[in-house]
Amino acid sequence: MTLEEAPVSLHDAPGRRLTMIEAINEALDIMLARDPDVVILGEDVGYFGGVFRATAGLQKKYGKMRVFDTPISEGGIIGVAVGMGAYGLRPVPEIQFADYIYPGLDQLVSEAARLRYRSAAEFIAPMTVRSPFGGGIFGGQTHSQSPEAMFTHVAGLKTVVPSTPHDAKGLLIAAIEDNDPVIFFEPKRIYNGPFDGYYDRPVKPWAEHPDSVVPEGYYATPLGKARVVREGDAVTVLAYGTMVHVAGAVCAEKGVDAELIDLRTLVPLDLDTVQKSVEKTGKCLIVHEATRTSGFGAELSALVQERCFWHLEAPIERVTGFDTPYPHSLEWAYFPGPVRIGEALDRLLGH
Amino acid sequence: MSGPANPPEPPAAGRGGNLGPLRLHVPEPHYRPGDAVDFRHIVVPPAGAQPRPDETCPPAETFALCNDLIRVLDEAGRAVGPWNPQLDPATLRRMLRMMALTRAFDERMYRGQRQGKTSFYMKSAGEEATAVAPAMALDFEDMVFPSYRQQGILITRGYPLVDMINQIYSNRADRLKGRQLPIMYSARSHNFFTISGNLATQLPQAVGWAMASASRGDTRIAATWVGEGSTSEGDFHSAMTFAAVYNVPVVFNVVNNQWAISSFSGFAGAERATFAARAIGYGIAGLRVDGNDPLAVYAAERWAADRARSNMGPTLIEHFTYRAEGHSTSDDPGAYRSAQERSEWPLGDPIARLRDHLIALGEWSDDQQAAMDQELAEAVRAATKEAEKNGILGHGLHHPFKTMFEDVFEELPWHLQEQAEQAIRERRIKWPEWKE
Repeated sequence: MTLEEAPVSLHDAPGRRLTMIEAINEALDIMLARDPDVVILGEDVGYFGGVFRATAGLQKKYGKMRVFDTPISEGGIIGVAVGMGAYGLRPVPEIQFADYIYPGLDQLVSEAARLRYRSAAEFIAPMTVRSPFGGGIFGGQTHSQSPEAMFTHVAGLKTVVPSTPHDAKGLLIAAIEDNDPVIFFEPKRIYNGPFDGYYDRPVKPWAEHPDSVVPEGYYATPLGKARVVREGDAVTVLAYGTMVHVAGAVCAEKGVDAELIDLRTLVPLDLDTVQKSVEKTGKCLIVHEATRTSGFGAELSALVQERCFWHLEAPIERVTGFDTPYPHSLEWAYFPGPVRIGEALDRLLGH
Repeated sequence: MSGPANPPEPPAAGRGGNLGPLRLHVPEPHYRPGDAVDFRHIVVPPAGAQPRPDETCPPAETFALCNDLIRVLDEAGRAVGPWNPQLDPATLRRMLRMMALTRAFDERMYRGQRQGKTSFYMKSAGEEATAVAPAMALDFEDMVFPSYRQQGILITRGYPLVDMINQIYSNRADRLKGRQLPIMYSARSHNFFTISGNLATQLPQAVGWAMASASRGDTRIAATWVGEGSTSEGDFHSAMTFAAVYNVPVVFNVVNNQWAISSFSGFAGAERATFAARAIGYGIAGLRVDGNDPLAVYAAERWAADRARSNMGPTLIEHFTYRAEGHSTSDDPGAYRSAQERSEWPLGDPIARLRDHLIALGEWSDDQQAAMDQELAEAVRAATKEAEKNGILGHGLHHPFKTMFEDVFEELPWHLQEQAEQAIRERRIKWPEWKE
């Protein structure tokens, strides 16, 4: 069942309420059961079940040949996964934090992304690199980064960021089944509950969010298709991951009739959905947590400008993290939260 | 801003006693252009003197061999000692033929680059044994993860010369559709992994392939090649670690040809330890082999392959050899090393040594050698002519434009579809007569 086929209101859908971590664990469980070629490898993913519990119980259920711990070597993890893919397996390597993916970058950029192209499809890298990303958890410089733009710039990689338990499961299943290498970034701030950017308010659990209703069993949420979270006429808001919830909360609080789009897949991008929306609203706000300069927002802004120029009634706005390393003590001054988003909305709607 | 309340005592004059200032050691090769060469510092032990442990021995038992040099062919052309693989004359002649064919191919392609038929070429002169002999010692089904200087493997495995040349010419019959720099072959049909320009990346990939094979209860192993210069890359370390941790059925071939472009092996750490000796620190078996002795190379590769096949884990083999020519067609070795090095190289030429061995056995002659060389040159020439019918680089016979956008992903996404259409529009403007 794809999202499109799912009941419109997930409140009424059959299924259990899961956290994002539980949904990811379930996706991995289902794919390990469905496809004997699927293997999971990474630091602490085996016996211990992962530092975020994403792989809990899987080694016990499927054995050490399918789910195993690795040495602390991101280049090695990605490199052996490329080799496993060349053999015919479908590896799902985990990089413990996206901040630590850089030692594996040569293997991702030079190898996984280009294997199909340079061998004229003799060899492929059907792997899904899972990695927790994003901030808002006092992770400081090396447990908070959002390096998606480093991957969206690479020809041959797909980049996916879920924002709900429902999508996390469906998109992860689709990513694992995809024959192209997929970077699957999991916003760890919302592993256990949605986050609206108000760090000083009580945290809500996923159980209170409609998209925590996750159908049982197998379903795939197609890559390359955005989700219109909320329809509206005043402004198009483009976001992904944690920022879908933050931007949504700001629009709701301000009473803005925004059309909120969760991109879900950054490459390949669902440009049709974006274009249709901006042509309707005439205004576009782009929100991401990553640093601004050369961030994915720049690509989105350029595309919207190229495709929707004659429909635009105001300059495209980008709300992002600042161009600094992610700070520890000043996290909430850095995080693109409700104030920064609200200001941008005021500018856009004042035009 | 004032300093701390209780500043530390300044260091006393002459602290450190009589020790002088520190000094950084920057390695320098023995010989530079114009220098007379004297290779007496290279220890060449007598052939046949190296013990051959059982393939199932613990890694530590190979430590002495990591600092030795396994040799089979002696100065008189006889095969001696426990590492003699006892190959029959027909196999020896085939080995000689494959090495000679590799050299003939290199000669022709080098000339083709100089004639402007392609942009780039890399010879393997002097190192033919390190590709041909392992290819014969391994099973055809074993997956090889080569670097760019193991064309001898493809040739030994019977990959068509015409297809190799098509790739070098990037013509319309190039199986890689003109996407890859010449010599970056890929031949899944011959269990030859796609070559990457990025050094040492194939090492962890070979380990991963072999991990997959082992986890499936398969019987195939992986073998991979890397130059001594590229052992400095981080991927060498991660590959060795993973191979050791999971006891992976993989053979690492380190081709120590003394030179990484202009940098001598000292810049990869050769002044301190052999490359084979690195294996021991990882708990991996290591062998150091006379890389210009095809029988020693064959025997070592066979030993390592048998070891891997019997679940005794990985082996690192250092092939001690010499890069007889420039790094590539873009390189002039006369600018950084003595021209005498090649002629003075103490381990000689691998083809000449095997030829002399066969002659000593009474299984070959100079006349046969001359006839074979002529036959192989003719075969390469014929293949070249055949390939040229499909075009040479820059002469317009290449794959259709749209293939440039294919295989980036399994399916063409919208943005590549748009860019493909743009390329077609540009083609119509630049070459209005073009028919495709």
